Amino acid sequence: MSMNWIATLGRVALQWLHSLGHAAFFFVDVLRRCPAALRRFSLVVAQVHAIGNLSLVIIVASGLAVGFVLALQMYYALVKYGAAESLGLIVNLALVRELGPVVTALLFAGRAGTSLTAEIGLMKAGEQLAAMEMMAIDPKVRVLAPRFIGGIVSMPILAALFSAIGILGAYVVAVLLIGVDSGNFWSIMQNSVDVWRDVGNGIVKSAVFGVICTAVALYQGYETKATPEGVAYATTRTVVVSSLAVLGMDFILTALMFSTP
Amino acid sequence: MKPDSLIEIDHVVFGYDRSRTILNDVSLAFARGKVTAILGGSGCGKTTLLRLIGGVHAPNSGRVVFDGEVVDTADQQALFRLRRRLGMLFQFGALFTDLTVFENVAFPLREHTDLPEALIRDIVLMKLNAVGLRGAAPLRISEVSGGMARRIALARAIALDPELIMYDEPFAGLDPISMGVAANLIRKLNDSTNATSLIVSHDVQECFLICDYAYLLSSQGRVVAHGTPDALNASEHPEVRQFIRGEPDGPVRFHYPAAPLAQDLGIGA
Repeated sequence: MSMNWIATLGRVALQWLHSLGHAAFFFVDVLRRCPAALRRFSLVVAQVHAIGNLSLVIIVASGLAVGFVLALQMYYALVKYGAAESLGLIVNLALVRELGPVVTALLFAGRAGTSLTAEIGLMKAGEQLAAMEMMAIDPKVRVLAPRFIGGIVSMPILAALFSAIGILGAYVVAVLLIGVDSGNFWSIMQNSVDVWRDVGNGIVKSAVFGVICTAVALYQGYETKATPEGVAYATTRTVVVSSLAVLGMDFILTALMFSTP
Repeated sequence: MKPDSLIEIDHVVFGYDRSRTILNDVSLAFARGKVTAILGGSGCGKTTLLRLIGGVHAPNSGRVVFDGEVVDTADQQALFRLRRRLGMLFQFGALFTDLTVFENVAFPLREHTDLPEALIRDIVLMKLNAVGLRGAAPLRISEVSGGMARRIALARAIALDPELIMYDEPFAGLDPISMGVAANLIRKLNDSTNATSLIVSHDVQECFLICDYAYLLSSQGRVVAHGTPDALNASEHPEVRQFIRGEPDGPVRFHYPAAPLAQDLGIGA
């Protein structure tokens, strides 16, 4: 009985390792094709538009909402200790270091990631990828690599926009509605937020999350079973795997970037 | 390799996994400039054979030879060189749904040539005219019928004037008029471009009208018979007779292997 249990565990572990290796090969394969895709610049631009521009509404709306709520919650907490003047700093650091990259990545996985997976999965189901291969056109160069680059370019821009809109939202609530001093709100940010350590690390984080979310979405789409259930399962897995990978990687990156005071 | 053969399938054995062999020691030769049909019931490995010729899969044993060169799935560059010499019509067209009819046909030209836009336009319109769909050039793929989609896919397959055109079930799901038009089109295209055509189908009569030679595959993935349409029509081989005449009784079983019905229903035990 116990041997069966161990055998099952071993089999699951081996399958997991096999999938991980397969995904790693896929990732390297797509990376190798990026220079060729860059030579077809119009394809990349089209993907930046499809992945980035079309995600703007949800990113801007979410950034604004997060900024509103963050300012309100922080104000209630800080005012008890007479530290309401620190509001701008806390909101800024929370957004550029954590919430901007992480929430944008989660939204990105839900909006652009699922769209990429479904699109590629349906292309596979409709034999469009097979047709390309039979036309001597590499689908990894023509379809996957431009989307991969589009995702990596879009994600940091979207995260920066999320943080900027969030700060504006916090300004509206804190300064215009609650009455926190406007000069104080901005000056404490200028004095205490470091461009490289805080903003720069936030951008690096969002670029890493962009790689993770886009690679997961493309892999799930490319490896999907060519059935309606297969595509549905692949889109779900895109959100689950991307989200867990982003949250896990965020902890590692935060520990590496901000471990020293 | 026979001198007049463009493709030779030499003792090929293939299965997608170890549990089932799809093609079982199959040897075929496809003559240059001819229309050859590969006939057989559903699931006998006809489409798999096309995939092996295109180098999508590698045979478990045996070899596929295209114009004297063994198809090597491991060498992507050689494979892509080979694929530029062939066109394939997929069963459901496999058209790019985000492009218009015109853009679909222009796709291989844009990808593989540096032709000026005006010339691409002329070639695309000529190819669409050959399949009778020049007027449908601006339509989106969602706006065309299944039969039209098949013809557009054919126009795309011949865009680069391939030496070999492979048709995967070109008559499936077509109405009688479209079927007749498609059959004539395949024959005319083959003769006018001097290409070699392979048709995979189970529509015996349509294929026999236009093909020069035919192979019949059994459900076990073996070649049962081959010859000209007249020779196959005259064949006394029981499996050939059953397939050509569409008879329910014969060596080919209708039912998938299973336990006796009474046993499954739990009666008579």
